[in-house]
Amino acid sequence: MSAAAKVETARRPVLEMRHISKTFGAIRALQDVSLCVHAGEVHALMGENGAGKSTLMKVLSGAYRPDPGGEILIDGMPAATGDPIKARASGVAVIYQELSLAPNLTVAQNIFLGNEPRRFGIVDRDQCDRRAGEIIARLGVSFSARDAVSSLSLGERQLVEIARALSTNARIIVMDEPTTSLTSRETDRLFDVIATLKSQGIAIIYISHRMEEVYQLADRVSVLRDSGYVGTLERADLSASRLVSMMVGRDLSAFYKKDHRPPDEKRAVALSVRDMSDGRLLKNCSFDLHKGEVLALAGLVGSGRTELARLIFGADRRTSGTLELDGKAISIGSPREALDAGIAYLTEDRKELGLFLDMSISDNISMGVLARDARAGGLRDFAAAQRRAAGAIADLSIRARSVQANAGSLSGGNQQKVLLARLLETEPQVVILDEPTRGVDVGAKSEIYRLIDNLAKKGIAILMISSELPEVIGVADRVLVMRDGTIAGEVTASQDQPLSQEAIMEFATGAAQR
Amino acid sequence: MTDKSIETGAIGTTSAGEQAAGRSQRLRTAFAALGMLPILILLAAGFQFLNPRFLTETNLLIVTQQSSINIVLAAGMTFVILTGGIDLSVGSILAASAMVAVMVSLVPDWGLLGVPAAILVGLGFGLINGLLIAYIKLPPFIVTLGSLTAVRGVARLLGQDTTVFNSDLPFDFIGNGSLFGIPWLVIIALSVVVLSWLVLKRTVLGTWIYAVGGNAEAARLTGIKVPLVLLFVYGVSGLLAGLGGAMSAARLYAANGLQLGQSYELDAIAAVILGGTSFVGGVGSIWGTLIGGLIIAVLSNGLILAGVSDIWQYIIKGLVIIVAVALDRYRLQAGART
Repeated sequence: MSAAAKVETARRPVLEMRHISKTFGAIRALQDVSLCVHAGEVHALMGENGAGKSTLMKVLSGAYRPDPGGEILIDGMPAATGDPIKARASGVAVIYQELSLAPNLTVAQNIFLGNEPRRFGIVDRDQCDRRAGEIIARLGVSFSARDAVSSLSLGERQLVEIARALSTNARIIVMDEPTTSLTSRETDRLFDVIATLKSQGIAIIYISHRMEEVYQLADRVSVLRDSGYVGTLERADLSASRLVSMMVGRDLSAFYKKDHRPPDEKRAVALSVRDMSDGRLLKNCSFDLHKGEVLALAGLVGSGRTELARLIFGADRRTSGTLELDGKAISIGSPREALDAGIAYLTEDRKELGLFLDMSISDNISMGVLARDARAGGLRDFAAAQRRAAGAIADLSIRARSVQANAGSLSGGNQQKVLLARLLETEPQVVILDEPTRGVDVGAKSEIYRLIDNLAKKGIAILMISSELPEVIGVADRVLVMRDGTIAGEVTASQDQPLSQEAIMEFATGAAQR
Repeated sequence: MTDKSIETGAIGTTSAGEQAAGRSQRLRTAFAALGMLPILILLAAGFQFLNPRFLTETNLLIVTQQSSINIVLAAGMTFVILTGGIDLSVGSILAASAMVAVMVSLVPDWGLLGVPAAILVGLGFGLINGLLIAYIKLPPFIVTLGSLTAVRGVARLLGQDTTVFNSDLPFDFIGNGSLFGIPWLVIIALSVVVLSWLVLKRTVLGTWIYAVGGNAEAARLTGIKVPLVLLFVYGVSGLLAGLGGAMSAARLYAANGLQLGQSYELDAIAAVILGGTSFVGGVGSIWGTLIGGLIIAVLSNGLILAGVSDIWQYIIKGLVIIVAVALDRYRLQAGART
């Protein structure tokens, strides 16, 4: 495509949302937000959790009706609002984070679910398969229309959702954090598909917290903050610091905080891990973790980082391996024993594996130390729980209505802080943090980094798993890189040379052999 | 504060959104805890309208007495369902325990030991359920479905498939006596409810029970010994079924391994669910169970007083259980919206 032609297609607004406000009772969820999206562009939508991105997309998809005064134009024509069926008919499709496919049906059946091509009132399976085949050919993917969805990977299922959107002739496709549960290979394929869709003139609204993805994909980026529209940046003007300051409304010069003294050779070893294997993925992983050190465990998704962490914590069974804590051999067969020894673990999946959503913040924070606090006869000491919760809320600046509010009522960042508080209440010497800032907004992220820094200053040894390389480089003193269940390499920083992103990626992908 | 967004929880100190969420949360909690009390009162008022004999002291004593054994079973069932499990075997355990209670009561001079014997037998069966569920990790439905049948067989075996009698039962005051005008059966049931409340809401173990039901894997990673908690709840359910067996024997002066306690587990489950305890675990209260048990008793008694035939009583009680589960679903959906 020539440069001139590109500009021409890119400048045709396919969607204009004008002066969109949305109030729920006395609560304002959106205030005078306008958004203009061109055909064939990837338009990233960024903002902290709760900035109003989801609400805006719900207005677009017809789930919410905007307040009077707001209008939506598609191809310059006013479109109906507050009607999901009309929104879909006018070419808007949303790919949801929670996939809504029927796994036991075929790809083709899923694509035309509820919208099956019929002949004489009977579903025409041949036509169904043929048309589905045409659509997935447009996406250039490897599975066929007759495959059962249950046989597809998570990433492939997402592509089926996109195919479903195309089957209704969608021209504006909204993707809300589409890569959250994808491996990096699946992410690459999704990006290829996005490029294909772009070239076909389809506009993509791409919601993501990940800067790197936005850099890679976006033609323009719009930022929302506190329910309002902040601004839009062209691709040429993108910079991380500008985006971050737009999102949080202040300059985050000290976004990554590294005040603690990086440990030198003489610093004592806190935890020594030798020959850890689980008989499935992990093969003889060994490393030392020093006191007051932040050691990052990097690597691709599926390289065995979480598995190794869980093995150290006693959450899974190991087939070989020994642990030494402060030079003494310890035997850990369960999380309880790990906690008693002074090793704590923060899960990567706070909703499924971490929080008790129906229980109070106070109970959630004290859950690991209830027995320690208990009074005679196993009675609860509610005053102690209250004290711990109040202390944690102050220390970690958790925003909560009250310590008795359910953990499920908190935002993602505050939920994560509640889990961190629970972990700290056990007074651990070794802390394993698995993706500590996943799904957390920018403000909470920087607070979590400060917390990690403070823990290291106190001499606590920290093992941090992270998939975000800027985070690894910004926070860690030393990096272990995992690949295929082994520790593939170690990256260290020296006085004049910081941790190198390239070195980490070389180990992670196998480009560099030890 | 009010001009803040519904979603700015992370930015505002306390956003209006969270406050609103808190309000509806409180409403839902109140609905869950109180939910069925208005229905109990409405039912009572309705039956009083149909038959003025309903709200008399004599009849209310009968209602509470009739509900007492079910409430004891339902208290145990509350522990189990709070962990997300189920205990289908309580009716059979009750029968076996009642058999043991009557048989031990026939031993000269040692007859009073029938009560602890029944309780121990119940505890034993409950612990077997618990061991299979907690340590062999079999699904609670399957384990207790098996013991529903097997323990029923044991109950029949105990009396060679006959009814055992003791017209001179040494602990018959439990079934037919009163203290200050309140039947012992009612006193026992209320004590069980209060004790259950104490354990569930005031002890560390109680919090662990809610935690295991709310998120078993998170509980394990928090260092809670999940198998021990499960062993405890099935032990309690069995123990209370044993107590129910002693109460039943004391009331009837007899026990029959084949007929006694048939489908009691269903009434107990219905009471728990009517009381607002979530079938998936983690949410619920023992007071709700008490109200649920009373609703079932009021329904049975009121329908009889209103002259409804036995057949229709079955149909109406069954429909009430379905409505209860529908309410459970509604509550869960409301909870999922936050």
